[in-house]
Amino acid sequence: MEGNGEIEGDSRKGVKEMEIERIKSIKDLPPEENVLPGTPTCAGCGGLLALRHCMKALGKRVVIVNAAGCFTLLSIYPFTPFKNSWLYTAMACAPAGAQGIRDALDILVKKSRLDPEEDLKVVVLTGDGAAYDMGLSSTSGAIYRNLDFYYICYDNEAYGNTGFQRSGATPFASKTGTTPPGRISPIGSELPKKDLFEIWNSHKPPYLATISPAHPVDLINKFKKAEQYKGPKLFIALSPCPPGWGIDSSYSVKLAKLAVDTGIWALKEAVFGEVKHTVVPKRFKPVEDYLKEQGRFAHLFKPVRREEALNKIQEMVNEYWNRHKLLL
Amino acid sequence: MLTGNAAAAWGVRLAEVDYIPVYPVTPQTEIIETLAKWISDGDMDSKLVTMDSEHSMITAAGAASATGVRAFTATSSQGLMYGFEMLYTVAGWRVPLVMVNVSRGLSSPITLEPDHNDVLAARDSGFLQIHCETCQEVLDSLLMAYRLVEDEQVLLPVIVNMDGFYLSFTREPVEVPELETVRKFLPPYQPRHAFFKASQPMAQGVAVLGGSMYSYFKYQMHLASQNALNVYKEVCGKFEKEFGRNYDTIEGYMLEDAKYVLVMTNSFSTLGKAAVNKARERGIKAGLLRLRLIRPFPVEDITGALKGRRAVAVIDQNISIGKGGILHSEIASCLYNEKQRPHLLSFIGGLGGKNISPGEFEFIFDNMIKVRGVEGEGEKTSQLLYTETEWKEMARLKGIAGKG
Ligand SMILES: Cc1ncc(C[n+]2csc(CCOP(=O)(O)OP(=O)(O)O)c2C)c(N)n1
Ligand code: SF4
Repeated sequence: MEGNGEIEGDSRKGVKEMEIERIKSIKDLPPEENVLPGTPTCAGCGGLLALRHCMKALGKRVVIVNAAGCFTLLSIYPFTPFKNSWLYTAMACAPAGAQGIRDALDILVKKSRLDPEEDLKVVVLTGDGAAYDMGLSSTSGAIYRNLDFYYICYDNEAYGNTGFQRSGATPFASKTGTTPPGRISPIGSELPKKDLFEIWNSHKPPYLATISPAHPVDLINKFKKAEQYKGPKLFIALSPCPPGWGIDSSYSVKLAKLAVDTGIWALKEAVFGEVKHTVVPKRFKPVEDYLKEQGRFAHLFKPVRREEALNKIQEMVNEYWNRHKLLL
Repeated sequence: MLTGNAAAAWGVRLAEVDYIPVYPVTPQTEIIETLAKWISDGDMDSKLVTMDSEHSMITAAGAASATGVRAFTATSSQGLMYGFEMLYTVAGWRVPLVMVNVSRGLSSPITLEPDHNDVLAARDSGFLQIHCETCQEVLDSLLMAYRLVEDEQVLLPVIVNMDGFYLSFTREPVEVPELETVRKFLPPYQPRHAFFKASQPMAQGVAVLGGSMYSYFKYQMHLASQNALNVYKEVCGKFEKEFGRNYDTIEGYMLEDAKYVLVMTNSFSTLGKAAVNKARERGIKAGLLRLRLIRPFPVEDITGALKGRRAVAVIDQNISIGKGGILHSEIASCLYNEKQRPHLLSFIGGLGGKNISPGEFEFIFDNMIKVRGVEGEGEKTSQLLYTETEWKEMARLKGIAGKG
């Protein structure tokens, strides 16, 4: 098996974090590419960039279990961009597919029908629609059962594959296909984004983190740290989506970075429920810097400035960082 | 003496199943509880996982099968509906999963007793279907099912069906075969087409673009299901050789010289056979055809058994709302091009476990005898079997409900 020695997830108390070898700069990123170019995703897809980094960290001995979403189209007969295995399930149940595969691999190894060298890491890959909404039950079940798996959620803050409709991950004031700003509802989505990190963290999984395609060093180090734990290792990647967010495809990384710099996307991790922020901007940029770049928030600026909505977004961000006593 | 549920559990134990994801639902739960106890006591070397829903359960079972283990799961009615999306999905993965369905009427109104709208809703999914009349048959069918679907010419999942309550909770004498004999009949599962291992990366369940690829893979499933007809006959022969019991795709009861034939499935067939005996006492040349293998549909066997009869009455323990009996339509399509096609009558009976009384069977035979007209002509609509006593009781209940 690749990686460090595993720590049994069952004896949770008293588990000591292992010293891991951190990388320091992008020059140290693993050179191997496990997602090859030539996929049908949109140019500048932030999710694909995040996935590329994740797969550098995970290596080749992986089976990805996918739910319906944009990335389902990564593997279209007879092609796949992956060097690893793949199973497409359906929208709600990728974690249940991971349960079946993980259990089956364990059984085969235990009954000496599979060489332990042939074992695989089981990695769930879904969008936010599957993770925040329809797949919540199957994910909660998998975490509750302490399934030894990875979950990568690329969060583009809407149902992307169906053309960008509101999901539980859609932030307040976003325009989507089902929350179009209009005369009666000028703000777009009236509801704030669900806090999936806290929902998942309430299960106290061994490892949980938010990641960003604009922070590959942080991302890789989180995977390195996660590797030592047996049990659920969960990742949520804020993933700029050029067609849905209304940005130029060359802006994805800039937007992902702005999300962190404005404090909208908090980079953090939780080990058995204990939360720690991993990247805290020295000075937070105003959220407007992030919002005004995107077509999905354009109605907050034109034809009239929606001061109240803009303030509310800034206040939500301030409140978050105040609560964590990290607002300087 | 074993219940249908216990017989199913024995089938799973003897098949040395590796993996069993479960979710409780009446009247199936006794199967998974029995297996859980055996595993806990060390009598069975399998892993059982209680999932968060049937949707997850069927996914996990199918994914494990796609990884290369022998998997089993069981459900009923609402559970089958809840997992419905995954029936089609798992069938498309071409994995030899065996699932028991314990039939129960579908909500609403919510009920516990059996009919076959649940299992027949899955008839187009790609799962093969074996329907059982007795507890012995449940056990035996499970063993046959693994052998059948693990054959490389088939590789499709299968549902073994039994009626809730009437079979699941009914104790009958069951012969439990020796494990050694079962091993001779059912070799270990060694997948060559679908598995996951590091040295041989494989993409399974991938998307297709366009109708020509989609049609290709769908029709392959259909052809594999058709292959299963021949493979079934082989499996049947081998099973009889090993265990001395024969289960053909269909079962004929007093068919030889029968002019008037009932077509039934599952445990209510026992009532039908008793009715045939009674009719014979009255001098009617009665017989019964029980359908056992429903997917693939054994068209030739059915046609062979029914052509040349004077009248055939299909008793559907299901109702396709707006059409009538489901199996009636399927039988009619088998017979349409036959020169000697019988008059075909359609009855709906036993919905939600409603009894079919001797009087109702008499009514059916009388109808068959009365039927006149052009060769091949029968009833155009289905008739509901419902007795006067039941009608009066329903009127009384409606009175209580204030709708009298
Ligand atoms: C049960 C079910 N309902 C609806 C769909 C349609 N559907 C396909 S992809 C998709 C969007 C998924 O959104 P998300 O999980 O956010 O992933 P993204 O498309 O953004 O990659 C939807 C709704 C489906 N495939 N299955
Ligand atoms: S719609 Fe968005 S998430 Fe989907 S492929 Fe395009 S950029 Fe990526």
